[in-house]
Amino acid sequence: MSTPMPSEPWEEQEKDPAVKKFMYVNRRAPYGTIYALESLEVVLIAAAFEQDVSLVFLDDGVYQLKKGQDTKSIGMKNFSPTYRALEGYDVEKLYVEKESLWTRGLTEDDLVVPVQVVSREELRELMDQQEVILSF
Amino acid sequence: MKLGILVNEGPYQHQASDTAYQFTKAALAKGHEIFRVFFYNDGVNNGTRLSVPPQDDRNITQQWSQLAEEHKLDLVVCIAAAQRRGILDENEAKRHGKDSSNLAPGFRISGLGQLIEAGIQADRLVVFGD
Repeated sequence: MSTPMPSEPWEEQEKDPAVKKFMYVNRRAPYGTIYALESLEVVLIAAAFEQDVSLVFLDDGVYQLKKGQDTKSIGMKNFSPTYRALEGYDVEKLYVEKESLWTRGLTEDDLVVPVQVVSREELRELMDQQEVILSF
Repeated sequence: MKLGILVNEGPYQHQASDTAYQFTKAALAKGHEIFRVFFYNDGVNNGTRLSVPPQDDRNITQQWSQLAEEHKLDLVVCIAAAQRRGILDENEAKRHGKDSSNLAPGFRISGLGQLIEAGIQADRLVVFGD
């Protein structure tokens, strides 16, 4: 077998070793704990690495995208507008689990950004395709 | 296999750091390579050298420091998460006019890019948290 260029070991396994499928799984409410905010901070930094990024919102994580967040009285910054800026970072694959929305009485219309609503089963398949999954 | 480790919870309150430590030790013993251990969220609190656990308890930070020394591990604490929680190395303490630093030996402070790099370079990124 001929190798046209000297390569690193990991380059033999994939066509483009520099691009991996990263999935960020957001499972918690936006306030109450810092997970949602610090997850978003990772996503924003990660955007500079030009990876194949997708975001998932499930369980109470769907509240992160809820329209009309007003945090004045809890003394915290409302960071929900940042989700609308993700498109500018080429982060365009946003998945929301249908069951999580449903059990919280929410629909796609309640969310600050356009998303793809997927079933738990579809989400399982999406997760199967990922190479790196970060769950917050 | 080349592994990246992510620790997202603080010591003692949560078992994530203990489990990550045991996992890292076991992986090294099996001959795997640890590309990096990254500390994020409250996980940055694993990097303080000022904790004083009871003498009959494990010292989680010291365990990490020792393991890092033995195996030349790269222990990286996220700078943004560390700053808001008061984890500072000497440079950061000076830069922000603080009267002391508290980063433990074997740890270094750096950016989130180091986590993404670990995700890219490692065969598996293993996340320890809630």
